[in-house]
Amino acid sequence: MAKTHEASSHEQHGSHGSMKSYTIGFVLSIILTIIPIVIVMNSMLSKTATLVVILAMAVLQFAVQLIFFMHLKEGENARWNMMALLLGLIILLTIVAGSIWIMTYNAVAH
Amino acid sequence: MAHAAANHGHGAHGHDHHDHHDQESMKTFGFWIFLITDVILFGTLFATYIVLRGNTNGGPTPEELFQMPGIIAETFILLTSSFTSGIAVLAMNRGNKKQLIGWLAVTAVLGAAFITLEVIEFVHLVNEGATISTSAFLSAFFTLVGTHGLHVSLGLIWMIALMLQLRKRGITPVTKRKVENISLYWHFLDVVWIFVLTVVYLMGVM
Repeated sequence: MAKTHEASSHEQHGSHGSMKSYTIGFVLSIILTIIPIVIVMNSMLSKTATLVVILAMAVLQFAVQLIFFMHLKEGENARWNMMALLLGLIILLTIVAGSIWIMTYNAVAH
Repeated sequence: MAHAAANHGHGAHGHDHHDHHDQESMKTFGFWIFLITDVILFGTLFATYIVLRGNTNGGPTPEELFQMPGIIAETFILLTSSFTSGIAVLAMNRGNKKQLIGWLAVTAVLGAAFITLEVIEFVHLVNEGATISTSAFLSAFFTLVGTHGLHVSLGLIWMIALMLQLRKRGITPVTKRKVENISLYWHFLDVVWIFVLTVVYLMGVM
């Protein structure tokens, strides 16, 4: 994260990112994609462990792309962008977790 | 720190430029809000899929249907196109119109390859008898993955239109904002695909 800031501060205003930050983001994304694929295709871990690892990798990759590709922390609207994103994520988690919860534990559903 | 850098930048610009820039950055923020609403749209589709994925109605299950080699190829193609759309923005920031259009074209070709593979996958599924009306699992599957594919297809049309506009008008504050927005949109679609890969395909075959 410190690196993106350093890289961006050398750029002019209005221009986001640098070749370096995009390359770091791309390499990290590839690694974070290969790990879950290898784990699942070779059935390397137990079911629960696999689930935890692949979901963690997806969330990490989401963060990597937000920071290195979408430049969430840069620009004059950075704070507003972050607030809108947080609102979106709260709604997202409520919908997904709420649906899973109610459909798993509601006896009427079965 | 970002704020300090932004303020410094404003000082260097003329006043008119400043106003114009504010309007464009407001539009980019508006586009960001649209992306957030798209997050919620995909959230409802993911929730539906997760809830219904076990309801196969005696039809094929995810393990039987999904062919991972094609899916893995799609994943890396889309990831690379996300990267090349970033390079296009870098070329634009250097004021290089030719490279900008070139990298957008590379991104569009990769996007088209992704869609082609997805259509091949869907045709294969339908030929296997796994249609959208076969089971609740497949209804949710085709709706979720299809909505993502539709987003990529619309992005392709937008990208081609933007390349034509760039060729005609060059890099102006307006076309610059449009390129930044389409790049955001493309990164966003890649992020959604990562979750499709994880939740639909990897969790389907594990």
